[in-house]
Amino acid sequence: MSIIKPAPAAATGNNVAGGQLTGTGGKSRGPAKKHFGIHIFLTVMAAMWLIPLVWTIFTALRPKADTDKYGYFSLGGTFNFDNFVQAWTQGGFAQYALNSALITIPSVVLVLFFASMMAFAVSRVNWKFNVTLLIMFTAGNLLPPQVLAAPLFEMFKLLELPYSVSDSGSLLNTYISVIAVDTAFQIGFVTFVLSNYMKALSSELTEAALVDGAGIWRQYWEIILPLCRPALAAMGTLEVIFIYNDFFWPLLFIQSGDRLPLTTAVNNLQGQFLSNYNLIAAGAMITAIPTLIIYLLLQRHFVAGLTLGSSKG
Amino acid sequence: MSTSTNTSPARAQRPAAAPAGRVRRLSRRDKWVLSFMVGLPTLIQLILVWIPTLLSAALSLTRWNGLSLDDIKPTGVDNYEFIAQNYPPFWPAVQHNVLWLVFLALIATPLGLLLAILLDQNVRGTKIYQSIFFTPVMLSLALIGVIWQLFYNRDSGLLNFLLGTAGTPQAVDWFGDSHVNIWAALIAATWRHAGYVMILYLAGLKGVDPTLREAAQIDGANATQTFFRVIFPAMRPVNVIIIVITVIESLRAFDIVYVINRGTNGLELISALVIQNLVGEGQVIGVGSALAVILLVISLVPITFYLSRAFGKDKEA
Repeated sequence: MSIIKPAPAAATGNNVAGGQLTGTGGKSRGPAKKHFGIHIFLTVMAAMWLIPLVWTIFTALRPKADTDKYGYFSLGGTFNFDNFVQAWTQGGFAQYALNSALITIPSVVLVLFFASMMAFAVSRVNWKFNVTLLIMFTAGNLLPPQVLAAPLFEMFKLLELPYSVSDSGSLLNTYISVIAVDTAFQIGFVTFVLSNYMKALSSELTEAALVDGAGIWRQYWEIILPLCRPALAAMGTLEVIFIYNDFFWPLLFIQSGDRLPLTTAVNNLQGQFLSNYNLIAAGAMITAIPTLIIYLLLQRHFVAGLTLGSSKG
Repeated sequence: MSTSTNTSPARAQRPAAAPAGRVRRLSRRDKWVLSFMVGLPTLIQLILVWIPTLLSAALSLTRWNGLSLDDIKPTGVDNYEFIAQNYPPFWPAVQHNVLWLVFLALIATPLGLLLAILLDQNVRGTKIYQSIFFTPVMLSLALIGVIWQLFYNRDSGLLNFLLGTAGTPQAVDWFGDSHVNIWAALIAATWRHAGYVMILYLAGLKGVDPTLREAAQIDGANATQTFFRVIFPAMRPVNVIIIVITVIESLRAFDIVYVINRGTNGLELISALVIQNLVGEGQVIGVGSALAVILLVISLVPITFYLSRAFGKDKEA
């Protein structure tokens, strides 16, 4: 991954960004013996790190009848995926998963579109307020969301919509409210990262295009954006995770349980399945699956995104 | 930043005066396009982030039940006085936020740094270790709350079994007992935070010029001296980001306590109190907004610190 990395993270380095999970490096320090203690420490830590997840999976795989009979802390009984099937069908997870997709996909597309335009304008064109605006965008992303909760809630409540568009008669309880705020909140961060990336691209690229009479839009869409593909892939992956994992905005805006995305629906697991911890564990694992799949497939982009723009709060 | 050749022209274009000719070359159409490219995201940002922030400040000086706009009554700083003097959960929440910060800063962040240093030594299986420590970073804090609930539970949680207290009167409900639940929540939060710090420092360590390390060793510095006197200061940009992330995470902490018990009974946090005052019965928007403003003012400290580093003159250092 050859990100020509300009972001503040690791700005001292030559070949940073991406690839830290590959674990190569060619620095050999000391004989293998010296690493013995390190290995023991790391193994103990890794085991401790895995315990909560392994325990959740273990509980999820056991039928409730077996854990009632043998106790949760036992190996007796059978192991199967019945809890997953039951949680999925009884818990309305199909609907939650659809809701998550309906919120996450448009939000990420909008964030990348708006942020890349803004980043282009502040990094490739010189005008009076470009740095001021960039600071405003970056700061906005760092605010705790609770700071703007009340006014946003009231604004959305007061904005009257025809009942044919929204059954609440306002923006509340709609996917649009969550998409809009998620987009607004994330634009700042992505703009910051992409603008740093674009600044590092040679200005000759667009100078030449200017001589050829290419307008601003063509410079942006046909020259700069294609060059930003690695950064866009990294930011896209990161934003899918951030927005999928967003708990707060749906909690605030959405009242009908069947419109919640997976992450926020997690809040209701305990009420739904009462003290059936096997089902709760299965529900929790279902919620984790999309992020774990992305982790396995796009780990490189995700880590590159984090290190590229580690301004994220 | 020092090596890539194409940064220099980019840097040269930053002084406002230099490329003045460039602006003149924009056609009328280009200017329209540019206004659209800047205007639309800026409008979204203003309407959905900054104007609500200002409205929070305005609402904090009023009394309002959230029903009709006509009911908004100005009250001066009454809400702030009420919070400081007659609102019992406020000071515990402040203490918990401070504790959250101290715990992340003294335990979780150093742990992440330690993991990064060890994993940077090229130990065998480093990729597997990294993947394990990094996995919780992929999970939402809400989900982490649920997963740890299964671990901490009084009757069925693993921890009580491991301690041998399960089923006995000594069994602890780690998330329910108000004497211990903040610590239990902090450990769960550390599970995620340390992995995050680790990955950032791993990138930072890879970015340190290896000749620095060699030079220090030639000068007779041992490993500890080399790290604290040479390597750590050389990672200044990463350090700034880690400080900011640690402070901001401790102010933003919300999801995990909300999932556990909505931020009550030992888990009060300022962010959770904001929401408790906005939703449910007897909405007190004014009090909720005043709490939001307190949270905002505290947040401005790390935000300003970060912006001054990211956009200040020493940016190129």
